[in-house]
Amino acid sequence: MSALAITAGFADPVIEAQAHFHALMNALARPGSIQPFPAALDAPAPLTPELAAVALTLADHEATLWLDETLAASKSVVDYLRFHTGARLVANPSDAAFALVADVAAMPSLASFAQGTDEYPDRSTTIIVAVETLAAGGELELAGPGIEDRTRFDLSPRPAGLAAQLAANRAKFPRGVDLVFVGAREVAALPRTTLVSEV
Amino acid sequence: MSAVAAPQASGYNFAYLDEQTKRMIRRAILKGIAIPGYQVPFSSREMPMPYGWGTGGVQVTAAIIGPDDVLKVIDQGSDDTTNAVSIRKFFAKTAGVATTTETKDATIIQTRHRIPERQLTEKQTIVFQVPIPEPLRFLEPRETETRKLHALADYGLMHVKLYEDISRHGHIATTYDYPVEVADRYVMNPSPTPKFDNPKMHMSPALQLFGAGREKRIYAVPPFTKVRSLDFEDHPFEVQKFDKPCALCAATNVYLDEVVLDDRGGRMFVCSDSDYCEERRADGHRGELSGEAPHLVGGAA
Repeated sequence: MSALAITAGFADPVIEAQAHFHALMNALARPGSIQPFPAALDAPAPLTPELAAVALTLADHEATLWLDETLAASKSVVDYLRFHTGARLVANPSDAAFALVADVAAMPSLASFAQGTDEYPDRSTTIIVAVETLAAGGELELAGPGIEDRTRFDLSPRPAGLAAQLAANRAKFPRGVDLVFVGAREVAALPRTTLVSEV
Repeated sequence: MSAVAAPQASGYNFAYLDEQTKRMIRRAILKGIAIPGYQVPFSSREMPMPYGWGTGGVQVTAAIIGPDDVLKVIDQGSDDTTNAVSIRKFFAKTAGVATTTETKDATIIQTRHRIPERQLTEKQTIVFQVPIPEPLRFLEPRETETRKLHALADYGLMHVKLYEDISRHGHIATTYDYPVEVADRYVMNPSPTPKFDNPKMHMSPALQLFGAGREKRIYAVPPFTKVRSLDFEDHPFEVQKFDKPCALCAATNVYLDEVVLDDRGGRMFVCSDSDYCEERRADGHRGELSGEAPHLVGGAA
């Protein structure tokens, strides 16, 4: 591996990590709202800049990363994430603090990730999924903490059986996973508290 | 006073904490938001101030604050007490951020034991300094047991405590740190705010974050989340009532502080939220003692 094989992370790690965290915090606090996510970094394909920005903002030696098959198959992606985050990469999704999913079609079921325990529901996976588009309005109706009454949201492509999987995830509360969707320079999230119905 | 920006002192990372610590706190905040009212353990750091001075709140603020934020810090509703002034200076020095005393201008409000009287907005985040995050701690000292009680949503102990209040005093005598149930699940300590402020937490447009430094816990209430003060059907939750308006600005339906005026029993009741009181006086509201009070207290004009 030559030193040149690894492309750059954030130009200003302190300020940019704060800006991306701020967007993620607002996204989780207001489910279904779409937040700007600059992700101005040079990530090696198939790792999208947005997935890379989440990893660089939140992962480190204390927080494990799980990569889907598409990402794990790319040596440049693995090298990039190892170099920039120092996070331990895990093979089993149920060991992951954060999971990066580039290929929505091949995404494992939500139940295969860490669900936390009744005593420590925070010890669960936050799944970051790269999608093509996020839309306010659309076919998913959301309600729950962070939403004043009801709101509409949609994403494309949508993971298989998303609404049913989210309902099962919600039923386990306080256990369960939290979902973050990154699109082109934007981010939205569905924490485990959100009630999702298809309309 | 409107927002004042200060140059950042050299030699500190932005907002004092190192980046790895910020990431650890940020991860805890995100899980806290996803599980409203649940206390997320975090590895609280030593801060350049003693425990009890807001180390938890300061760490949360340091993890979320950005260069464009405007910070307000209050201590018992007041912007000008030692704790509030030094925390404001701390962030002006280590992050170079703008600070303000005006609630309406702030994007982040760090608070010790009050929620401002002015309705918070969706653009604002309020950070509470929390001494004892565990509502069941004085009823059950063992962490292993309180954790199990939260896991089982078994809050019978707390209801017994409130019932004992009623049997002894005829009413629920808890007046601050009054336990709330968040999003129909976790019972949470709102930090020692007077129970007067509990209704402001319900469906608040602002994100509410709680940091307990010594106890190493972070928790959160997302915006527009149900927050219910625990009570009984025949003893419904009530907030404190004051029989007089603020002596300086004549505000009613606000939380008042008692100020002793002399050694002959003289006293006045004034707004605990100093910014709210100043704003009302600037708008021309006059209380019964505003003419008597020293010029600086009574405000200009």
